[in-house]
Amino acid sequence: MSSPKQALAQPASSADAAPGEQPGAAGRAHGRGTPDPGRSSWRSRLYRWDMKASPYAFISPFFIVFGAFSLVPLLYTAWYSLHNVQLANLDSQTWAGLDNYRNLLSSDFFWNSLWVTFTVGVISTVPQLLMALGLAHLLNYKLRGSTVWRVVMLTPYATSVAAATLVFVLLYSWDGGMINWILDFFGIDPVNWRESDWGSKFAVSSIVIWRWTGYNALIYLAAMQAIPSDLYESASLDGANRWQQFRHVTIPQLRPTILFTVVVSTIGATQLFGEPLLFGGVSGSKGGSEHQYQTLGLYMYDQGWIIGNLGKASAIAWTMFLILLIIGVIQMLISRRLRKSQ
Amino acid sequence: MRTSTRGSRRLMALAAVAALTTGLLAGCAEDSDDGSTNEGGGNGGGGRTTLTVGTFGTFGYKQAGLYDEYMKLNPDITIKENVTTRTDVYWPKVLTRLQAGAGTDDIQAIEVMNITEAVQTQADKFVDLGKEVDKSQWLDWKNAQATTEDGKLIGLGTDIGPMAICYRKDLFEKAGLETDRAKLAEQWKGDWGKYVDLGKQYMKKAPSGTKFVDSASSVYNAALGGGTERYYEKDGTVVWDESDGVKKAWDVAMEVATSDMSAKLKQFDKPWDQGYANGTFATVACPAWMIGYILEKSGDSGKGKWDVAAAPTAANWGGSFLGVPTASKHQKEAIALAKWLTAPEQQAKVFAKQASFPSTPSAYSTLKPAAATTEYFSNAPITQIFSDSAKTIPTQYFGIKDQAINTALTDIGILQVEQKGKSPDQGWDAAAKEIKDVLGQ
Repeated sequence: MSSPKQALAQPASSADAAPGEQPGAAGRAHGRGTPDPGRSSWRSRLYRWDMKASPYAFISPFFIVFGAFSLVPLLYTAWYSLHNVQLANLDSQTWAGLDNYRNLLSSDFFWNSLWVTFTVGVISTVPQLLMALGLAHLLNYKLRGSTVWRVVMLTPYATSVAAATLVFVLLYSWDGGMINWILDFFGIDPVNWRESDWGSKFAVSSIVIWRWTGYNALIYLAAMQAIPSDLYESASLDGANRWQQFRHVTIPQLRPTILFTVVVSTIGATQLFGEPLLFGGVSGSKGGSEHQYQTLGLYMYDQGWIIGNLGKASAIAWTMFLILLIIGVIQMLISRRLRKSQ
Repeated sequence: MRTSTRGSRRLMALAAVAALTTGLLAGCAEDSDDGSTNEGGGNGGGGRTTLTVGTFGTFGYKQAGLYDEYMKLNPDITIKENVTTRTDVYWPKVLTRLQAGAGTDDIQAIEVMNITEAVQTQADKFVDLGKEVDKSQWLDWKNAQATTEDGKLIGLGTDIGPMAICYRKDLFEKAGLETDRAKLAEQWKGDWGKYVDLGKQYMKKAPSGTKFVDSASSVYNAALGGGTERYYEKDGTVVWDESDGVKKAWDVAMEVATSDMSAKLKQFDKPWDQGYANGTFATVACPAWMIGYILEKSGDSGKGKWDVAAAPTAANWGGSFLGVPTASKHQKEAIALAKWLTAPEQQAKVFAKQASFPSTPSAYSTLKPAAATTEYFSNAPITQIFSDSAKTIPTQYFGIKDQAINTALTDIGILQVEQKGKSPDQGWDAAAKEIKDVLGQ
């Protein structure tokens, strides 16, 4: 009985072909003690090798995909950013050293897009997270049809950027858009949402807020429901009202979650691209006639694909990457601080 | 017993993995079959060839039934069109695919603003079509645009964009202006400035909620298309800031932008389409391809209200070419199809469908717009108007970054003046700064 079993077991384990079976089999083999002295050295070597190699084999798909579609492009972009590369002439790359980066630092358009990314990031992320927190708090009460509300909250997130933005373009249309129509109701002059400086930033932010508030609210809600209810009970015994409970129980308990959403939203805000591009309509990559909503992402796209200067676009990509690293480090320091102070 | 179940479970797992793997591999294999090798790839029709045509916007081949007709004439050919709506998305994609030598369609459309870039940087990626056709069929300047220095023709001309003015007769009447197309053409003949003057007159008695023209940029593009000089000289030097054509067009556009006569729309934008539907502007610079656009966007509400008059100056705006990439697996068949699609008879059929104007003069005598089109545009003799314009279009030279420079002038410079209340000088400076960035100076 034992030899056909081995014949089956060996090819299977050497090919790593039966995931899930191997660790169990190995464990059982060890548990059984010394089964067959004649073959034990070969088998134990095989099992040891199996124990060592299998985990790597199991996690390898992610790293292979990551390498092919993230790491290689990342390094290739770095290579590009040090060269003069034109979209129409990819094969003739000439060494440019740090010229592309120097070029960026001296370009008004770059600093403008950095400023736009920052301001739009702030006016979209801050209200979005605050509103999400409030909404999650409301949903945390016992509501009739709570599932319905939760699904409704997630629908904007499930809507495609393109569809949502096109609707917003119509809402914000200068001539005959609904928002200007409402403003007119209150006697306010129509705003040229697309071309005004702050109006356009506000409009783009509102699309982001609309899309992501529900998503963040659900994350907060999940964290809130994990807060033990005896904390609230003892707080209310101490005479804390709803607001005090929210401030002194909910918020401190949510701290790690809040930090997580801040990190994710910041990354999202730095890479903001689809909303402003589609909001701009024709030649949207310019981000308005004065680049008033040209984010870093749009600037990169405009340089690389519209103007065709891939070297410079790669330099922008790497600059964005570095900015994100810096933000990451700052956030790490803050979270460490917070943990220490607790 | 226990061992045997374990063994068989293992076998099952092995089989499952094997099945999954083959499935995945088969998936990949199928993909590449679809993408690059069309020959015999599972279509079972005994040597049927699938040709793909890459276009942008609305070329009208499908709409005019040309693909079906060709497939009927050539039963062994199947045609698939891959349409990308916007040129600014289409062209970068084509550029990368051409250079990768893979993923291109068998026929690739090229817009006139990109043709110089194609001629100067991608000529070796396209089949020389000069040997395949009788070049004299096309307008000389059309051929010249797609011809390399050593005489290679990389694209066959499709349509051109001879200029006219489309105007709303009903709005003109309410504003107390002349409505007869011949008399109007006479009023603004020879000078876009006169057209602007008429706009001022219109605005004095403009029907409420309407403006004279859709945008300053459209006047700019129309006027620019009538000059002999654009952004580049024949030898490829950039002269955009000294070009006489640019200056004249800019000045006219500034007159429009700083007055109240523009509806301040951005062309090809959603609100612009709505402007057509709601009739919020009375005129639009009207290259032939615009006729089809108005038909679609203005719809029933504009029927019989639009009319067409000759433009102040003969001008060209837009037009395209069809090229066959050397990466095509079916070059012979693709060349045949490109030749057929751009032949005078077929161009005439596209004109009948959506008024895209042929680049082959021999078709002009046979052109007949669809009855519905003529009726829609108040029985205007559009064939006559566009042919007259086409015959006197000046030869223009395009440059590598023509499109990017044009965008900087219209969507940065003019837009700032028109919508943000900047002065013309400020607008010009902003455009200049942008163009400097575009050219990497």
